[in-house]
Amino acid sequence: MSIDRHETNVRIDPLSGVSTTGHEWDGVEELNTPLPRWWVWTFIATVVWGVAYCFVYPAWPTASGGSEGFFGWHSRAAVEQDVAALQETRAPILQKIKNAPIDTIEKNPELLAAARTVGKVAFLNNCAPCHGAGAQGAKGYPNLNDDDWIWGGKLADIQSTIEHGVRWDADKDSRSGAMPAFGRDGILTPQQISDVADWVRTMADVPDALAPEPAGEKVYNENCAVCHGVEGQGNKAMGAPNLFDAIWLYGSDKPTIVKRISQGGGGVMPAWKGRLDDTTIKALTVYVHSLGGGQ
Amino acid sequence: MSTAEFAPDGDEHEPIVAPPHKVYPKKVLGEFRRIKWGIQLFTLTVYYLLPFVRWDRGPNEPSQAVLLDLQHRRFYFFFIEIWPQEVYYATGLLIIAALTLFLMNAVAGRIWCGYMCPQTVWTDLYIMTERWIEGDARDRIRKDAGPWTAQKIREKLTKHFLWLLIAWWTGGAWVLYFADAPTLVYKLATFAPGCGEAYMWIGIFTFTTYVFAGVMREGLCLHMCPWPRIQASLTDEYALNVTYRYDRGEPRQSVKQAAALRAKGLPAGDCVDCGQCVAVCPTGVDIRKGASLGCIQCGLCIDACDGVMEKVGRPPRLIGYDTEMNVKRRACGQPAIYKPIRARTVLYAALIAGIGGFMIFTLATRANLHLSVLHDRNPLTVKLSDGGVRNAYTIHVANMNPEPRRFVLEVAGAAGAQMEAVGAPRDAEGRIVLDVGADQTREARILLTIHGGPADRKPLPLEFSMREIETGRSVTARDAFLWP
Ligand code: SF4
Ligand code: SF4
Repeated sequence: MSIDRHETNVRIDPLSGVSTTGHEWDGVEELNTPLPRWWVWTFIATVVWGVAYCFVYPAWPTASGGSEGFFGWHSRAAVEQDVAALQETRAPILQKIKNAPIDTIEKNPELLAAARTVGKVAFLNNCAPCHGAGAQGAKGYPNLNDDDWIWGGKLADIQSTIEHGVRWDADKDSRSGAMPAFGRDGILTPQQISDVADWVRTMADVPDALAPEPAGEKVYNENCAVCHGVEGQGNKAMGAPNLFDAIWLYGSDKPTIVKRISQGGGGVMPAWKGRLDDTTIKALTVYVHSLGGGQ
Repeated sequence: MSTAEFAPDGDEHEPIVAPPHKVYPKKVLGEFRRIKWGIQLFTLTVYYLLPFVRWDRGPNEPSQAVLLDLQHRRFYFFFIEIWPQEVYYATGLLIIAALTLFLMNAVAGRIWCGYMCPQTVWTDLYIMTERWIEGDARDRIRKDAGPWTAQKIREKLTKHFLWLLIAWWTGGAWVLYFADAPTLVYKLATFAPGCGEAYMWIGIFTFTTYVFAGVMREGLCLHMCPWPRIQASLTDEYALNVTYRYDRGEPRQSVKQAAALRAKGLPAGDCVDCGQCVAVCPTGVDIRKGASLGCIQCGLCIDACDGVMEKVGRPPRLIGYDTEMNVKRRACGQPAIYKPIRARTVLYAALIAGIGGFMIFTLATRANLHLSVLHDRNPLTVKLSDGGVRNAYTIHVANMNPEPRRFVLEVAGAAGAQMEAVGAPRDAEGRIVLDVGADQTREARILLTIHGGPADRKPLPLEFSMREIETGRSVTARDAFLWP
């Protein structure tokens, strides 16, 4: 049945004693029940609240940014406050880490736990892009969990590497040590490079290594032993890796080794001193050391 | 006085929603009122004083009998100390609480509502305060309808002040369960810094107590509480409920008419239609209309009617705890039957006993030492320069005792493995030793290295164990050694 608004058939419902709105659908009539007063007031209060909110807090976009709100409240300021409060709660333990000589931290369970936590966060924020979230490394980026250290795995070595970086030109104390580009600069012939690669692979017991040409040993002794050692044991002072252990930074297959010999050089790590504060670097050092590779 | 219209078999032309009305419950004395007072005194005393009960747990732990230490994530209940990984005890308690409610309901209806529910207890306290200041129901109705006089304003102010005081005290007692009570009281009283949160919670509880017990009262039971609906679906014809025995009460008439009828040897109902049962009801129910969702089973109408029956010289308990079925049986001349032991009460009781027993058992036999092992996932394995393989694990040891303890860490299952714990010393016999402080956890990083290993490179199942040096007691946790 259609609703006829012009028809004034407002009447009192006999059962409830309430007037009807005059609307009727198939014999069902709508009672004219007004909204409860508390409901109306609550509604008005929310409207007032909503309007007030728009002025008290930043709300409106303007040409140059946005409205500031009456109290100048700002989510960024709130975050900064929270961060400051957090730093305050952490200050005592950070102070202890700062004051403790670095090689005593691991002997103190409380400091070790704190340093590992702080270090891990710093690691994930800064180091993980290259070394991986678990410090497992990648091709060209050392695995920090193993016991093979190009620049040394003692606490002091790790700390120095983090502070000054590797081949980082902006830091004069940076680890430096360059492998010549034996192929590109024409120091060795392709044949010599191939020979020495075979020789290195045999000495390192790489499973698919071919029988070595004696020429390879000669090339090694004349060109490589100076840095990598007669036994291939490497030299940490120069960052010359141990060639005859089971760990390969770039890979142990022949093309990779040939490429390394031809092109020389090495990876670069930035210096973190100045970017991270000393306490964080200290905690980071302890964390990396505690991963299991530390010497 | 109007009544809440919930009677299921009342007049079908009654409005579906009760018109708003104010209930002025009248004072009543009697057996159930005394029981209610007793329970009220008991529950309120427990609530307000429990935080001050001391319980000595030694120097390293708080000495408050009941304490929810959210900051350190511990829950203390007398001799029981619950750690966060044991919150399932709370689940068990909630299940037992629900089952107890079911059992109470199967035996005697909504007595929880009438005697023990905090809403009832505080509302009753508020009504008592109100009655003390403003007088009984009749005075209050008259005063509320009358003009605002100085006395009325004074009385209202006093009442609301006292109500707020009770509410404030209630909220105050609440926060005491979450911190050392005497210290917190002192800090709150001296406005020591750092109590903002406590003040906030006191404020919230003051507000809710005042609104729930002072303003909403029975409205909360009728319109907000889910229990009446749940209990209505759980109850059966054997459950005791406050019942008007209409077989005895009807037809109702005045005392005189009844006497005249009886003199002629004609049947006459005992109800004298005095309305006392309705006048005393805190939820505004007319019990004579039958079982009702609004009735909280407080028994006050029983007391009221018993008083009337005594005056008119009829036997008491025209209203009493009875079953709807018995009323019908009596009407047909059959004897009343009471069956508190039936399938559902036995089932509830058995479940309560079973779950409770299980909880007590696990609580009594639980280890006060906990060990968990987490395998490093990234990387899963590490190859060492000499070809060895290493797996790293993080272990957590929880010493749940109030004294520091010293443990030896061992691993079984990996023959020839070298074990190292970062930062943990070895004793004279070369064992890895871990000290864990009183009521504390300690984390340690464990490195296991194996040279060689099985040819098939299948993961080796491992069992880590923590053995307490002093007692020899140990806990174990399983993990595995993986190969690249
Ligand atoms: S108090 Fe008893 S006698 Fe009075 S009306 Fe209620 S049931 Fe009837
Ligand atoms: S009807 Fe009786 S038992 Fe039920 S709430 Fe009212 S006074 Fe209490």
